[in-house]
Amino acid sequence: VLNASLKELAAALAQRKISSAELTKLFLDRIARLNSALNAFITVDAEKSFAQARAADERIAKGAAQPLTGIPVAHKDIFVTKGWPTTCGSKILSNFIGPYDAHVIERFNTAGAVILGKTNMDEFAMGSSTENSFYGPVKNPWNPYCVPGGSSGGSAAAIAARMAPAATGTDTGGSIRQPAALSGASGLKPTYGLVSRFGMIAFASSLDQGGPLAKSAEDLALLLNVMAGFDKRDSTSVDHPAENYTRDLEKPLAGLRIGVPKEHFGLPPTWARRWRRRLRSLKSSAQNAFRSACPTAVFPCRRITSLRPPRPRRTCRASTACATAAAQRSTATSPICIAARAPKASAPKSGAASLSAPMSSLTATTTPTTSRRRRSGG
Amino acid sequence: MPLSLQEVQRIAELARIGISDAEARTVQAQLNDIFELIGQMQKVDTAGVEPMSHAHGSALRLREDKVTEGDQREQFQSVAPQVEAGLYLVPKVIE
Repeated sequence: VLNASLKELAAALAQRKISSAELTKLFLDRIARLNSALNAFITVDAEKSFAQARAADERIAKGAAQPLTGIPVAHKDIFVTKGWPTTCGSKILSNFIGPYDAHVIERFNTAGAVILGKTNMDEFAMGSSTENSFYGPVKNPWNPYCVPGGSSGGSAAAIAARMAPAATGTDTGGSIRQPAALSGASGLKPTYGLVSRFGMIAFASSLDQGGPLAKSAEDLALLLNVMAGFDKRDSTSVDHPAENYTRDLEKPLAGLRIGVPKEHFGLPPTWARRWRRRLRSLKSSAQNAFRSACPTAVFPCRRITSLRPPRPRRTCRASTACATAAAQRSTATSPICIAARAPKASAPKSGAASLSAPMSSLTATTTPTTSRRRRSGG
Repeated sequence: MPLSLQEVQRIAELARIGISDAEARTVQAQLNDIFELIGQMQKVDTAGVEPMSHAHGSALRLREDKVTEGDQREQFQSVAPQVEAGLYLVPKVIE
């Protein structure tokens, strides 16, 4: 079940092989077991999740299920969620309980999906390693000495560790795609305007876009079917007829041309070898796979650096990742930025009132164990 | 136009941020990297490229100038740490 695709889970639910409540319990148990080591979740609330799961089971029994009805989905803690603590990874919002639902949450609720919990992230999405959260760093499930990427690192780690079958994230300059790549998950930044930003805490409004993280392209397509849609409350939401993103999944690759902007792939040798091997396998199915030279591909990166508010980037780089992860924690950050942020390792005062008993203990165990260094100055 | 070490130290002083000489050199390199990025962008030939404010090209929607949101004060007050008589109480920051 842990490795099942969303389609398989939906089929199992439809055939009553498993109930949504059982499925939800399975993943909540897994979170309870793994979260102390990975810190992928900031909040879980079993009572709320089970209430949604029971409602989904009733809906399935009535034959009114949609593709994601009864499926647990973990949401990045950047999406305002009614009745749930919504911290955005920050101490500033540690006591903030969502007074309404973000459009994305609304869409998942309408589809009958179950909110499994809120995932950890770089504070206010400003980071690329999910080490910059008030609630402590997230570990890469493949190797705890590596970062999971960020800022949607909690969602990416949750997918990789099979703590959730599906998750949401947000991407301004890579915050879905990059953690998906570093954690071995699939992630998609949808075209700007496709997913409403209503109730999604802003980083850089003209670049922010919510999107899915999951185990496969097919799962991403199913999730995007739910997430995408016009919303008049977001002035840049595109009024575009609904599409079925699973439509082209079965089409053969033959006849497709695949362009690879090689400027984006300055990889260390081991990774580059694997990447080229993958490209060759694509080449045999797609007729005209090629590596394109796209010299302007570097400029979007320059643009984004100049457009968004500055924050330290501490991305764990490729093969040197493991070796440098430990060193990074102590040396790699600009001292000024650390002093300005000064996150402390005190127990997070999250909206504890709404947390059920199992989560209270979970929250306690996710408290960062090593105190963050506060440098001189500031 | 790269920043000199003195300029970095002057900026730090104006921002009331204490930095050591070693830190100042690191920050100097980082700031100059950003100027370098700007320099690279300015070298791009944009002659004949139509300026645009967004990739969409779609016009922003207009709506009638009408109140659409109901009164949600109670709901918003209920999530504030401290309220009194319909007001939000915040820590005193100015003596």
